[in-house]
Amino acid sequence: MSDEKRLVLQATDVSIVFGGLCAVSEFSCELREGELIGLIGPNGAGKTTLFNMFSGIYTPTSGQISFWDRNDDVHIINKMNPAQLNKLGIARTFQNIRLFGNLSVSDNVRIALHNLRTVAPADVLLRTPRFRRDEKMMTEKAQELLQLFKIDNKRNELAKNLPYGEQRKLEIVRALASNPKLLLLDEPAAGMNPQETEELMNMIGFIRKEFHLTILLIEHDMKLVMGICERIMVLDYGRIIASGKPEEIKSNPQVIKAYLGSEAV
Amino acid sequence: MLIPGVCAVIAVIVPSVLIHFSVIDAYTAQILTLSGINAIMALSVNIICGITGQLSLGQAGFMAIGAYSTILLTANAHLPLAVSIILAGFVTAFFGFLIGFPTLKLEGDYLAIVTLGFGEIIRVVLVNMKKWTGGPNGKQFPTILTLNPAVAYLVIIGTLALLIILVQNFVRSTYGRAVLAVREDEIAANSTGISVFRYKMLGFVIASFVAGIGGALYAPFIGFVKPEQASFTKSIDYLIFVVFGGMGSTTGSVIAAFVLTYLQEFLRFLQNYRLLIYPVILILVMIFRPQGFLGMKEFSFVNTFDRIASRISHKKTEATEEPNV
Amino acid sequence: MNTGSIFLQQLINGLSLGSIYALIALGYTMVYGIVKLINFAHGDVMMMGAYAGYFTLVAMGTTVSGSVRVTTISLLLAFLAAMIACALLALLIERFAYRPLRNAPRLNSLITAIAVELILQNTMRVLPFVGPDPRQFPTMVTKSFSLGPIAVSNIQLIVILSSALLMIALNYIVNKTRTGKAMQAVSFDLQAASLMGISVDRTIAITFVIGSVLAGAGGVLYATAYPQIDPVMGYMPGLKAFIAAVLGGIGSIPGAMLGGVILGIAETLTKGFLSSQYADAISFSILIIILLVKPAGIFGKNETVKV
Repeated sequence: MSDEKRLVLQATDVSIVFGGLCAVSEFSCELREGELIGLIGPNGAGKTTLFNMFSGIYTPTSGQISFWDRNDDVHIINKMNPAQLNKLGIARTFQNIRLFGNLSVSDNVRIALHNLRTVAPADVLLRTPRFRRDEKMMTEKAQELLQLFKIDNKRNELAKNLPYGEQRKLEIVRALASNPKLLLLDEPAAGMNPQETEELMNMIGFIRKEFHLTILLIEHDMKLVMGICERIMVLDYGRIIASGKPEEIKSNPQVIKAYLGSEAV
Repeated sequence: MLIPGVCAVIAVIVPSVLIHFSVIDAYTAQILTLSGINAIMALSVNIICGITGQLSLGQAGFMAIGAYSTILLTANAHLPLAVSIILAGFVTAFFGFLIGFPTLKLEGDYLAIVTLGFGEIIRVVLVNMKKWTGGPNGKQFPTILTLNPAVAYLVIIGTLALLIILVQNFVRSTYGRAVLAVREDEIAANSTGISVFRYKMLGFVIASFVAGIGGALYAPFIGFVKPEQASFTKSIDYLIFVVFGGMGSTTGSVIAAFVLTYLQEFLRFLQNYRLLIYPVILILVMIFRPQGFLGMKEFSFVNTFDRIASRISHKKTEATEEPNV
Repeated sequence: MNTGSIFLQQLINGLSLGSIYALIALGYTMVYGIVKLINFAHGDVMMMGAYAGYFTLVAMGTTVSGSVRVTTISLLLAFLAAMIACALLALLIERFAYRPLRNAPRLNSLITAIAVELILQNTMRVLPFVGPDPRQFPTMVTKSFSLGPIAVSNIQLIVILSSALLMIALNYIVNKTRTGKAMQAVSFDLQAASLMGISVDRTIAITFVIGSVLAGAGGVLYATAYPQIDPVMGYMPGLKAFIAAVLGGIGSIPGAMLGGVILGIAETLTKGFLSSQYADAISFSILIIILLVKPAGIFGKNETVKV
């Protein structure tokens, strides 16, 4: 069944070495349209490093990462930087929330719309009608998204003044604003209580339905991962040790050993 | 655009007329006009340090380039003064582009040191290129701005007003937001599709253009320029305006420039002790009010006007919400 | 004299100048290493040391005719006075100007450092018994020793040897004493060090003191070699010493020593073979080149930001 869905991202034997340490070793995977995939593993397994390679912050030392953009053209994205990848259709959130703290909620989202602009610097300086149109377009689009996720009432608040849960939400909204094909969420449930985690699960499900994109999710909260992911990859010491449906992963001895130690098996 | 435009025109034309008819005396006019130049420099520092978030300690170097360029374009290339001034701004922007390219790849402290170094190199080069720059004694450049206080005020404060409007237009736009994003969090900005280096360069080049204009107005106004104008000490002077006024606030930087320029004149009676009081005040501000007078807050003509208007005309009904443009 | 011997001669001159830069650079590098602050006021601490030495020498050696005689004892006491004065100054500055801003953004500390620099310079200018005019630093009788084709003066020998001694002492303190280990710990991780029971405030204060003591000695040595002192004398050597610290890798003690020597030699070679006017520009250009090619300096480590 999954062979019928089109490829979005394909990693082939991707490795990265820092100094003498091999952080990720011969990682391969295929992400297809519309999938919701979880990436789990003990701390230090290399999950965020993998994200950083997929989002252009690191360049792999070997291997190849291919990405299919919105026009279904394939690109080898190993050496591309984050801004280029964002334009192609990859957006992400961060383990430690990275919002534009001193800017308003609305501005945070509008910045993600910057690449939709039609103005040139001269329009901006002289406040031409084209400038007004662009601003209107961006403000309205941002407003739509904020309303969809119910934080539009705070649109003029500074991002740093939002409560933690809403900051996480805003980061995800900002990522969605750039109209991505692939959304990378790095521990979105970190620091959340069970109720907030429940809301987050619903939100991710909602995003998947409404926005027709592929989501790759790093998480430690097993309830969330097992609850919404259709497929899970498990990383340990930079290598993939298991991959499959949640039920398979739950009872996989390698996975249990990686998390709890060999005695637990 | 109408409201700030009208206010700007009033602030520029009225005092100029008053100076012309000696209602405002020449001394006060001098201080006001000098404050204007300092405000332009503060604007430049605010653009690169406050808005783009890159600590550049060499803006005075760009000011010197602007000043000397104006002199050379007017005296040697025989261009009219107005043309020289505008061209000098672009010459400086070009140098800003050249210097920014290698420099902006550095972070934080290293960037500060390199820009400091470039400022000093500019100074040393100016001292040594005697044939063009007159060496350590500088160059004389008396013009109509030196001799006529009303014209000087008109031109300089007028340019200041224009620059403020243009800068604010830039900041309150998608380009401005992109630059602010780079200031706030480079990694997040990059991942959100903003090419970080490009927008750092944009901020840097704009800041050097503004500094160049500042220098280009300074030379004809004061009547001469010396290589010391590029020194680190001067860069720090302008940095202090912005720190006092609020790093990131155009309003704060401009107000602080006026207040501190006046203060320095006012404290002249303390003679050398003035040189002690000033840094002590600086330390006290750093300890007790580090964000400066206004922090990052900005005074918006449009918002203030709307607020007053809505308070007057909608006393009974709810005030309508305006988007923050 | 052929080019070879001129070169060697300039090398010696450069080593002498470079040792002084190294002493001052050590203060910059140690303070930056421990609190990540570029102490712009450091050059002026060196100036204060020079003045302390000056007043000591004048007090001890003024003859009936008004000239000042310098003896070994008075010079040693001048060193002592300079080092003590700078130590006290360091304690004051650290306590009242830098400590309140330890957790503030870098820019604020930077500006405070500049303010302290202004205060030091201008206090000296307004003090009635000091004043802005340059003064002649008392020098001892110059003796020249020849080592083959090159000449070394007794002053140069004193400079090089005292610097070497101080650097050896510093090396011992940093690597072999508990205080030194504490300094290293705090510079790696302030919070962890304090959790280990290290008094962070005291360690930072000691670091400032040691750096300033070296600068004070450097001030006396500088004044001995270039005997004109004035309140702004610290600006240029301070800036150059800072460049030396960056060149060697800011935060690295051996880096500061090496950087100082390299910069001193580069400067004297430029003055000797090219032109003294461009000597300053060369120093700044070295700075720029290093920062563009290898910002971490010779011994520095590249820090990567964890995302």
